[in-house]
Amino acid sequence: MSAHSKFFVGVALVSLVALLLPACAAPPPEEEIGGVEVLGVWGGDELASFQAMVAPWEKETGGTMEFTGTRDLIAILTTRIAAGNPPDVAILPNPGQMVELAKDSKLVALNSLMDMNKIRQEYAQGWIDLGTVNGKLYGIFMKAASKGTVWYNPKVFAANGWKVPATWSEMIALSDRIVSEGKTPQYPWSVAIESGEASGWPATDWIGEILLHESGGEVYDQWVSHEIPWTDSRIKSAWEKFGQIVLTPGYVPGGATAALATGFIDGSYLPFEEPPKAAMYYLGAFTQGFIAEQFPKLVAGEDYAFFPFPAIDSRYAGAVTGGADIVVVFKDTPTTRSFVSYLASAEAQQIWVERGGFTSVNKLVSLNAYPDVLARQAAEQLTKATIFRFDADDSMPSAVQKAFWEGTLTYLQNPDKLDSVLGNIEARAVDAYR
Amino acid sequence: MNRRGRLIPWLWLLPSFLLIAVFLIYPVIETLRISFMNRDSSVYVGAGNYQYVFTNSATQTALLNNVLWLVFFTVLAVGLGLIFAVLTGRVRYEAVAKAAIFIPMAISFVAAAVIWRFMYAYRPEDFTQIGLVNAAATNLGLEPTAWLVEQPLPYIDQLLPSPLHTNNFALIAVGVWMWTGFAMVILSAGLKGISTEVLEAARVDGASEWQIFWRIILPMLSPTIAVVATTLVIQALKKFDMVWVMTAGNFGTDVVATLMFKEMFNFRDFGRAAALAVILLVAILPVMLITIRRFRSQEETR
Repeated sequence: MSAHSKFFVGVALVSLVALLLPACAAPPPEEEIGGVEVLGVWGGDELASFQAMVAPWEKETGGTMEFTGTRDLIAILTTRIAAGNPPDVAILPNPGQMVELAKDSKLVALNSLMDMNKIRQEYAQGWIDLGTVNGKLYGIFMKAASKGTVWYNPKVFAANGWKVPATWSEMIALSDRIVSEGKTPQYPWSVAIESGEASGWPATDWIGEILLHESGGEVYDQWVSHEIPWTDSRIKSAWEKFGQIVLTPGYVPGGATAALATGFIDGSYLPFEEPPKAAMYYLGAFTQGFIAEQFPKLVAGEDYAFFPFPAIDSRYAGAVTGGADIVVVFKDTPTTRSFVSYLASAEAQQIWVERGGFTSVNKLVSLNAYPDVLARQAAEQLTKATIFRFDADDSMPSAVQKAFWEGTLTYLQNPDKLDSVLGNIEARAVDAYR
Repeated sequence: MNRRGRLIPWLWLLPSFLLIAVFLIYPVIETLRISFMNRDSSVYVGAGNYQYVFTNSATQTALLNNVLWLVFFTVLAVGLGLIFAVLTGRVRYEAVAKAAIFIPMAISFVAAAVIWRFMYAYRPEDFTQIGLVNAAATNLGLEPTAWLVEQPLPYIDQLLPSPLHTNNFALIAVGVWMWTGFAMVILSAGLKGISTEVLEAARVDGASEWQIFWRIILPMLSPTIAVVATTLVIQALKKFDMVWVMTAGNFGTDVVATLMFKEMFNFRDFGRAAALAVILLVAILPVMLITIRRFRSQEETR
């Protein structure tokens, strides 16, 4: 080629690239009406149930739901929002995130999207308040779960002559008795707090539940909103009670190391194996799903059951912490309006309720829709609770939540460093609650 | 050359320059700028983030862990790669042996991390072990260890500070498992490049195999070793997926990359995350400079 043509080929190439670059940066074409993208943490069984719940909506409206599931929800959501490409709808596992997003003006207020009269009829004021930020409703609660459940094997208890404890001191006495008797199981407790990036959250459930039962709803609220510091003696006492369960020699097979290394799902199997390896396991009502899947032959209520978390201070007996998933909306379109209104309705929620592993807080869902005695018991525990509080770490800013999770790991490995652990979390909290 | 002729090379280079400017130079400058600001980049805080990174114990652990990875991962991978390269060169089933050692490179880091999570799985004593390593240990009569949870090394932890913990070494072992094949393959190619006449002459002169290895093979292999070591050092500094999938940086296994991720997405402190990124960049710079220097001198000898 002559120098002349080389020049023009060069110019052509540069122009081509220059033309293509803006095309790469151009926004994707508008979504067709009828498609809604949902971002959430569910997978496996939970996702199958969610899809079953959405199927009638899809059939009726002709819309399609596309679900993206990831356990790393925070990271994905942050990146997508920053990139200007949020999903249409997200199902968040905790209200803390919802509050942060609402304050950052990333969410669409649901007051305009939904029929507020219907919402007020179907949901108790407490749940509406939990989803409200600065006077506007930003989230609808789905899939609630009681976290005040201690799982045990009723047949093993009957065979060994053990009674279900009603108070904390009874529970400790029972644990000591199990250790000294040396029957099968010889360990009273299974504790398992490993969960990948979120390791430590089951421990925070313990601490929150203990704090609620020991110090009551007001102190709990002050703790969650950081009106009292993490170094407060009442908070320290809750940590130490949790430490008592894990660290007392003979309580947990393998001790603190096993608690740190065992996944929270694997930990739920111990009381129900043949022969049982531990007597009790504390984790939320959703544990029923894990047990049922691993041991399909066991009968709910007979082979596995739960007793409510024992009272510590009799004034606060019947208190329960719980969690729920929240539906939030990022884009206001006719599709999302129809979709979210459907999700909040009793007909939709009843579908999942009947499949099991789902407690609805919609008042119109009847208790008889629950598939078995345990699901009904858990739903009743939630609706009849004398004091109800949302799961603590889920209500805190994500920085504090992470510090809380990590703090429990450090505490179990170095129990004598509790003060410095609490100090660290406090430092994070001071930063985060500004 | 006429004017147009001198312009042509620049036109050809312009697209790449644009891409590098947008995707490399601009982000580096932005990161540098953000590292001097506070958590949401609204207030200038000077060197505050760097001060935090060097004084906070969690970040100090992460930095020390990176040094641990740098030293042990590189030395072990290069050392084992060298040994395997020399040994496999002497057997008839060389291709099979090399393939077997190289296969771990073919799987993704995350897949390897998941596999080794199961290998390291821990169940308390008296329970059936599902992890291969603990199963072997209990069959030999030892106690099962939770490899991924922090465990001070027996005796050593009294003498030396962290991060010399069992779980760090467990993670490094996985890294070595993956990269030894790479080191072996490249070193093997380098070995084959050593002329056999030199080796024969040495043998005729009465040198033992050991002497041949130390006095002849190693010095002649040093450029290749340098190349392999450079690649592995960069890998050690970049380590994220393996640590993240196996322990998520918990139990004292944090490295700078996982810490940066946590600061960014969990703690939402962009200033600190940027400071950590800059530290990684500065740590890699000497390695890059050495590589460029070597590349230049190689070009000159052509």
